Amino acid sequence: MRPKDLKTKATNTWCIGCGNFAILNAIKPVLTELDEEGLVPIEKVVLVSGIGCHAKIADYINANSFYTIHGRTIPVATGIKLANPDLTVICFAGDGDIYAEGLDHLIFGAKRNVDITAIIHDNRVYGLTTGQYTPTSPSGFKGRSTPGGLEVPPLNPLELLSASGGTFIARGYSHGIDLLKEIFRSAILHRGFSFVDVLQVCATFFNLYDHYNQRVYPLEGHDPTDRVKAEEKMREWDYDSDGPIPLGVFYKKEEPSFGDNFGEQNPREIDIEDAIRKTLERYI
Amino acid sequence: MMECSVLVGGRAGDGITEAGMIIARLINKLGYCLYQYLDYPSLIRGGHNFAIVRAAETKIGAHRDGVDYLLALNQETIDLHRWRLREGSVVIYDSDEVKSPFEGGVGLPFKTIAEEAKAPRIARNVGIIGAFAGAAGIEEEIVEEVLRKEIPKSLEENLVIARRGRQGIEGRVGKQIERRSYPCCPVITGNELIGLGLLRGGLDAYVSYPMTPSSGILHFLAKVADEFSIKVVHPENEIAVILMAEGFAYAGKKAAVGTSGGGFCLMNEGMSLAGMAEIPLVVVVSQRPGPSTGVPTYTAQSDLHFVMNAGQGEFPHLVIAPGDAEESFRWSATIMALAWKYQIPAILLSDKTLSETAYSFDIEEAREVPEIRPVLWDGGGDYMRYAPSEDGISPLAFPPLTGQVVKANSYAHLESGITTEDPGDISSCQTKLLKKEEALRREVEELPSVGVYGDGGSTTALLCWGSNKGVCSEVGGGLGLRVVHPLILNPFPINRFREALQGVDETISVETNSTGQLGRLIRYHGFEADRSILKYDGRPFSVDDLEKRLKEALR
Repeated sequence: MRPKDLKTKATNTWCIGCGNFAILNAIKPVLTELDEEGLVPIEKVVLVSGIGCHAKIADYINANSFYTIHGRTIPVATGIKLANPDLTVICFAGDGDIYAEGLDHLIFGAKRNVDITAIIHDNRVYGLTTGQYTPTSPSGFKGRSTPGGLEVPPLNPLELLSASGGTFIARGYSHGIDLLKEIFRSAILHRGFSFVDVLQVCATFFNLYDHYNQRVYPLEGHDPTDRVKAEEKMREWDYDSDGPIPLGVFYKKEEPSFGDNFGEQNPREIDIEDAIRKTLERYI
Repeated sequence: MMECSVLVGGRAGDGITEAGMIIARLINKLGYCLYQYLDYPSLIRGGHNFAIVRAAETKIGAHRDGVDYLLALNQETIDLHRWRLREGSVVIYDSDEVKSPFEGGVGLPFKTIAEEAKAPRIARNVGIIGAFAGAAGIEEEIVEEVLRKEIPKSLEENLVIARRGRQGIEGRVGKQIERRSYPCCPVITGNELIGLGLLRGGLDAYVSYPMTPSSGILHFLAKVADEFSIKVVHPENEIAVILMAEGFAYAGKKAAVGTSGGGFCLMNEGMSLAGMAEIPLVVVVSQRPGPSTGVPTYTAQSDLHFVMNAGQGEFPHLVIAPGDAEESFRWSATIMALAWKYQIPAILLSDKTLSETAYSFDIEEAREVPEIRPVLWDGGGDYMRYAPSEDGISPLAFPPLTGQVVKANSYAHLESGITTEDPGDISSCQTKLLKKEEALRREVEELPSVGVYGDGGSTTALLCWGSNKGVCSEVGGGLGLRVVHPLILNPFPINRFREALQGVDETISVETNSTGQLGRLIRYHGFEADRSILKYDGRPFSVDDLEKRLKEALR
């Protein structure tokens, strides 16, 4: 299989220069390689997307997918994974989608350490609804709902995920596809809840290419198992102030995963009539 | 007909629910049909809790106001329920707690008895049960047998307490409950039967966030999960609940969720998603009085139109409201099959009365579940998740499929599951949903979707739905009326309902809400409820309540 085999007949409607292309072009070769290497057969991959520009990725990849609703990728993906632990479930979500509408699910996804991957297309603006602020927009952001400038600072999703118990926390950028591919690959292979915030630029409503290009740098010599160091690195940039922006895997740890405690991963055959009869006997 | 009612009351934390269940099991052993009404406020300790256990020789589905035995663990129980006493009623109370002794009653120091037996305070309820059994002529061996089964710890101490209660009664007798030769049925709540019915329907996963009065299903299924090899998940909120269940269904597992009105509000976007993406799912909604928080631990039938119309857009809504124990089991199994055949979110509508009442349950009456199968992909050609068909039903398949993909979508979509905004494709996508609704409408007419009880020849019909089946059948039947009980409320079985009303010239609807929701529903389909008897105080109709209201209406 080649990355182009993952193409569908859908017409791509992202804007020219949209950062979503980088995510699409990074994930396709990663899925292809994982399939070729026999690590993750493509038929066992399920993509779950939310609503927003990012979510169209479900239409653009010829793989199993559930194109869901705004903010709700995590619970759908969790259900799919619990139903069939053999499947590899990857969520694609937007920043408005998962940090605003669906924040509770993201926190619980990390808290449960369910074995799924969440890739966040974080362009720090609502694109499809034409330019309002999101939870990661910088303070002072002049959007269509905040023409006077946003009064509140952004949240730092990496710190939030760390506080929630995330076991794989990473940040990527839509320029520098090799690093992005490397992060996606290790996120998918990590057993537990993998979180990747991708700084992805909305060329139409919030073009930060120049800003990012001058500030991003890859984490080097960083020990991702050291939680204290990882959190220090997460705090190096708060999504608001000016400063260097580290990219890479900040934190990674093997922990028990949600669903491990279910009696059996593959359900037993039950004589249902007999089990019902036995249960009813207890009520006499 | 021999019948007997026993009320046991006290504070929350006094073990009233358990006491009611033990009394029900005692009388059940003697061969009677049971109905246990439970009344409790929304708190954990204190307040006033009571259970009314009614036993009769035939199947019953309601309680009576009057009681033959009043078992009071505190003063309040006597004060609040004195009006229920009639000639020959026996009052047994804890003389350690009741400050003004009840004349003619039997006061025994249950608190002291429990202390002397070195048992916790809650064991007072066993003392009062022992005394009741003595007064009602229930053999000591039966009491012991039931206690051995029902008391998880300090059994010997409890047996001593029960015996001392029995001795304390000293020959005082009330209505005698004689042994009958009648098959002994399980006594079980509606919630547990809904759980068992879902299991019978092939349930693989139950996802729920606790909310009274639906939580009993969650507790029951969590307890038996290993035995039945199912997964039970309690996520962060009801939004996650319904979406997680849809994830299970996408991957081919039969899932159900349970909640009450408030939680169902949060599930609306999930309902609409399941409608559009064609995800099979059972949603149990157990009603309580609203609006908003309303009255959490009491009963109502005020969400019918809400659930029938839940979710934006137009898609098929199946709503089934069982009326008693056997229907709870049978229709919970059937609704799962219908949800999967039509690939729709299907609502099983209960209420606090049906969910939390304990009934005698006869599996023989409930066993027949219609054979309804999902349409599965035969593996030929390219798989199209939303392939068109005559009845709008596309064959189901689940990942992993070699060389094929399964694409589900919340957007208007093509056969392949890829998004579309083309006018022709949008119309086809919508028409497909309407075709499924038409097919479902036909199927509903084939099923026993309307029940007729009482005097089938009467020209006056009581119309009722859900848990009011029991009280209406008993009272309506007693007054020589016909009782018509539609079980499937949407799509409405118009032909079956018309047949059920053949020869009727007057209709009276009986509902536990303030606006007459069944009346409104049938009017839409060209029928009329000439009068309605409505109750919206959070309490179910007792037999006496309804009898009085009906006689006034018929005067």
